[in-house]
Amino acid sequence: MQDFIHNISTTVSVAALTACLGLATPLTANAADDADIAKGKELSFDRKKGNCLACHDIAGGSLPGNIGPPLVAMKSRFPEFDKLRAQIYDARKNNPDTIMVPFGAHAVLTDTEIDMVTKFIHTL
Amino acid sequence: MKKYLAALSVLLMIATPVVSQASPEEDLKNFRAYFKDRFKDVPVEDYINGVYAIDQASREQWEQYEEFPPYEIYISKGEEIFNKKFANGKSFASCFPNYKKGIKQNYPYFDEASGQVVTMEGDINKCLTDNGEEAFKWQKGKIAYVGAYIAYLSRGKTINVKTPSTPAALAAYNKGKQHFYAKRGQLNMSCADCHYNNPGNKIRADILSPALGHPSGFPVYRNSWASSDAGDGMGTLHRRYGGCNKQVRAKPFKPQSDEYKALEYFHTYMSNGLKLNGPSLRK
Ligand code: HEC
Ligand code: HEC
Repeated sequence: MQDFIHNISTTVSVAALTACLGLATPLTANAADDADIAKGKELSFDRKKGNCLACHDIAGGSLPGNIGPPLVAMKSRFPEFDKLRAQIYDARKNNPDTIMVPFGAHAVLTDTEIDMVTKFIHTL
Repeated sequence: MKKYLAALSVLLMIATPVVSQASPEEDLKNFRAYFKDRFKDVPVEDYINGVYAIDQASREQWEQYEEFPPYEIYISKGEEIFNKKFANGKSFASCFPNYKKGIKQNYPYFDEASGQVVTMEGDINKCLTDNGEEAFKWQKGKIAYVGAYIAYLSRGKTINVKTPSTPAALAAYNKGKQHFYAKRGQLNMSCADCHYNNPGNKIRADILSPALGHPSGFPVYRNSWASSDAGDGMGTLHRRYGGCNKQVRAKPFKPQSDEYKALEYFHTYMSNGLKLNGPSLRK
């Protein structure tokens, strides 16, 4: 429920922001993307969801772990969005022994949540 | 609902690891060599201090706290309970004739007659029930106090788990080894992922301890076990196992289940030759 309210409030504030900037319709493709990215960031930092900070340093997060590499320059490391998504969906495809949580395969995050997390990570 | 079912099914899912078929002696040698190589400056006898063996900053803070150890009153409570007469006039000493000399170093051991791994906690409760008393709860409270007293009297003794040699003992050992290396829970992590592959690394703000030396300090007083719903701080090794299983969203096994006794058997055997220093203090 809290998530839901938060979700609405991000959407609303993005809408308000877009309105302030004088853009016509609030939910253009870009605004929707921005909302997804914001939500993706929230999911990535949420201890009960992605909790990526447990293992990765991510700009904007505090007390990061260092089991995995810092998530920086993601577009150059993962030019293809789908490859990045696959790494997050099930890291075992690239490294069968990985300690990284198979977020999609083990239903820790839903498909939509993984899309949003991937969009956020791709901006780093 | 579908998501719930999916989550449930992964909770029950455990990947079977490919664990080596090495003998216990070889395992022990390799385990030791691995940590020696990984932390070249850490003397092997220091591993009994958990994460403080490898992290200087938290070690200093810990040493300060150890000057007035919060577990001390529980050693006294344990002593009191230990010496209190049962209804039949006997006391714990009747089951542990050598307790003053230190006995914890021989736990756990494999008992051929019953086909079971025997733990110190198991023997504490067996003493109670054999004498017509009610058993203690397994994870905290009186069992941890009596355990702390016995551990205290055993401080400085060298962990001396007998090498499993019979087929039944080896089966229990291998079951524990399997647990240690098997990925489990929705988050799909093994004990080894955190305490063998990543000691010294940080998971969020926590520095992971090496598995070598893990059992030496138990029972422990943990700050995070001291709160209105967690208890007075004291807890057993199996309480810790349950906590670490839960962290990866796996269903914990029951304390003193065959599964955890087997894990303790393997886990403690890996620390053979190190000194006991329980009870101790942990974050
Ligand atoms: C328990 C530890 C852990 C958690 C939690 C974790 N990761 Fe990872 N991650 C790793 C490790 C370790 C690697 C290094 C590759 C490997 O071993 O699979 C990695 C690799 C990656 C990579 C590839 C980086 C590169 O440059 O190759 C990405 C992207 C990534 N993780 C994203 C995420 C995201 C997003 C989350 C959260 C939704 C997350 N990770 C959560 C441990 C973790
Ligand atoms: C997700 C990471 C993770 C996994 C998986 C994990 N642990 Fe832990 N464990 C921790 C953390 C964090 C601590 C507290 C810091 C420390 O001492 O390592 C801890 C502490 C412990 C301690 C206490 C050490 C001490 O000195 O007091 C024991 C014993 C332990 N773990 C055993 C296990 C066993 C056995 C398993 C597998 C059943 C396991 N752990 C799985 C993260 C993990």
